[in-house]
Amino acid sequence: MSDAAIVLDHVTVSYGKNRALRDVSASFPRGAVGLLGPNGAGKSTMLKSLLGFIPPTSGRLEVLGLDVARKPLDVRARLGYMPENDGHIPGMNAVTFVAYAGQLAGLPKADAMQRAHEVLFYVGLGEARYRNVETYSTGMKQRIKLAQALVHDPDLLFLDEPTNGMDPKGRDEMLELVRDIAHNKGINVILSSHLLPDVEYVCDYVVVLDKGAVATSGPIEALKGPAGRVYEVRVKGELAVFIAALEAAGFECHQTEEDVMRVFIRGERGAQGADQQRICEIAKEARVQVRHLRASLPTLEDVFTKAIGEE
Amino acid sequence: MTPIHDQTYRRYEGTKQPLGRRWAVIMQTGIRGMLARRAFVALLIVSWAPFIVRAVRLYLVTNFPQAASILPVNPQMFRDFLEQQGIPVFFVTIYTGAGAIANDRRANALQIYLSKPLMRIEYILGKLGTTVAYLLLVTIVPAFLLLLLQVLFSGSFEFLGHNLFLIPALTLASLLRVFVAAFTMLALSSLSKSSRYVAIMYAGAVFFTDALYGLLRIIVGSTRVAWVSITANIDQVTDGIFRLPLRYETPLLVSLLVLLGLVALSISVLERRVRGVEVVA
Repeated sequence: MSDAAIVLDHVTVSYGKNRALRDVSASFPRGAVGLLGPNGAGKSTMLKSLLGFIPPTSGRLEVLGLDVARKPLDVRARLGYMPENDGHIPGMNAVTFVAYAGQLAGLPKADAMQRAHEVLFYVGLGEARYRNVETYSTGMKQRIKLAQALVHDPDLLFLDEPTNGMDPKGRDEMLELVRDIAHNKGINVILSSHLLPDVEYVCDYVVVLDKGAVATSGPIEALKGPAGRVYEVRVKGELAVFIAALEAAGFECHQTEEDVMRVFIRGERGAQGADQQRICEIAKEARVQVRHLRASLPTLEDVFTKAIGEE
Repeated sequence: MTPIHDQTYRRYEGTKQPLGRRWAVIMQTGIRGMLARRAFVALLIVSWAPFIVRAVRLYLVTNFPQAASILPVNPQMFRDFLEQQGIPVFFVTIYTGAGAIANDRRANALQIYLSKPLMRIEYILGKLGTTVAYLLLVTIVPAFLLLLLQVLFSGSFEFLGHNLFLIPALTLASLLRVFVAAFTMLALSSLSKSSRYVAIMYAGAVFFTDALYGLLRIIVGSTRVAWVSITANIDQVTDGIFRLPLRYETPLLVSLLVLLGLVALSISVLERRVRGVEVVA
């Protein structure tokens, strides 16, 4: 029996001719793990396979030491799942819904009701817990999905895009909740998201998927790379020539979605302003104008971009 | 246990229920949910009106023997009672079953249900159980109460002794009617996200097959084509269970096979439709 929270062993999941997961082998350690990937990478498919919704075409899935194919009910008894899209039991208020979810997970009726109240207060819905769930706002629906996933005190929580559709304040509160659950409440968390800042804030370990395969995985700090400096640069001129010149000088370049490049310089820092001066010299040689140049820090976005490749 | 005002997350230290009983939770919740609707409670009360009428009849026959020649108490009476309950069965089936799975599909509740430690069959059994419970309440329960009233009013077991087969007959006939209706409705409910469309589909299935039988009967000039009608098949098999002359020329076995086929088809539909995700290949 493995110490890892989740183990995938040569797992392939297909929808007809389309292979959503291609011979994936990965291990998710206990704690808070981020599951990253662009749309269509296979994140939701992986979660649904682990839940037993979609049987794999081949391979073996193990959750908390239990084989998903052989003991699906035992696996789900220890799991909590917060789905990406809206989901609730129709015609119920929040406390009835969460208590019902608790009963479905095996709690006795009285315990389920007690814990429903507690969990609803914990996620910030205490005052609204007697309202019909269908009247809730998007942010409140996200919270109630978390509540129904937590009510039975799972050992492992699957959160699929937990901050979907939330306003900035709600998003921060949700991330604080998830961080508290993962770091202070002893519950293992798998956070599936395409929002890198969310994953970076909550998780210690990340698995990056791309086109149905694992692009990279590891502790976030280790993946960010050895010590170095990062600069945001925007230029006007022949971009390809400038990038070639930077790479020839031993610098790493990644383009972001915005009109900004991130330039990585490895090694020890030199004199004050030496890096910026070198970048400007390279720009001058490449006959481009530097319009923006600012020091930055390595982020998970850099890991992600490097793992899946730039467009 | 600490008071509810302890507003932070705590680990659960109690004992969880063993696996395999979640269908009962779903069924109990469904039953309670229906009882919260006044219109449905009114429907249940109205569904017992035929029972009241028959109970009065039983009282009259046992206390005024001359009434027996006009209102005989015999197996036919019980069989007719079950047939008369076909109307409440129709409405109770629609009320309890149309939204059973359709509403869950509309609210994306299936992924919530199936992410818990319960099997798909438990979900189906729980949903089926709600409809079956209420249908039994308007079929087998009043039917057996009538039998009990006959014994109580007459003060003897003579009628029951001569018609002991009524006990299994009422049971079988009620269960047949209940399960055909419940399975068909649940299967239709799994096909849509709108309980209204499901109700229309169910009503359509019942009335369309009846109308088709009526048309074919005129064309062929025989009741051998009664097998196309769901209601006619139920009536035919019920006649057979009560050892009464069959009302249609369709063989009894054919009617039974059609009903069993309908149930099997419904189970097949449910097996395909009740899933945690909708997979589009």
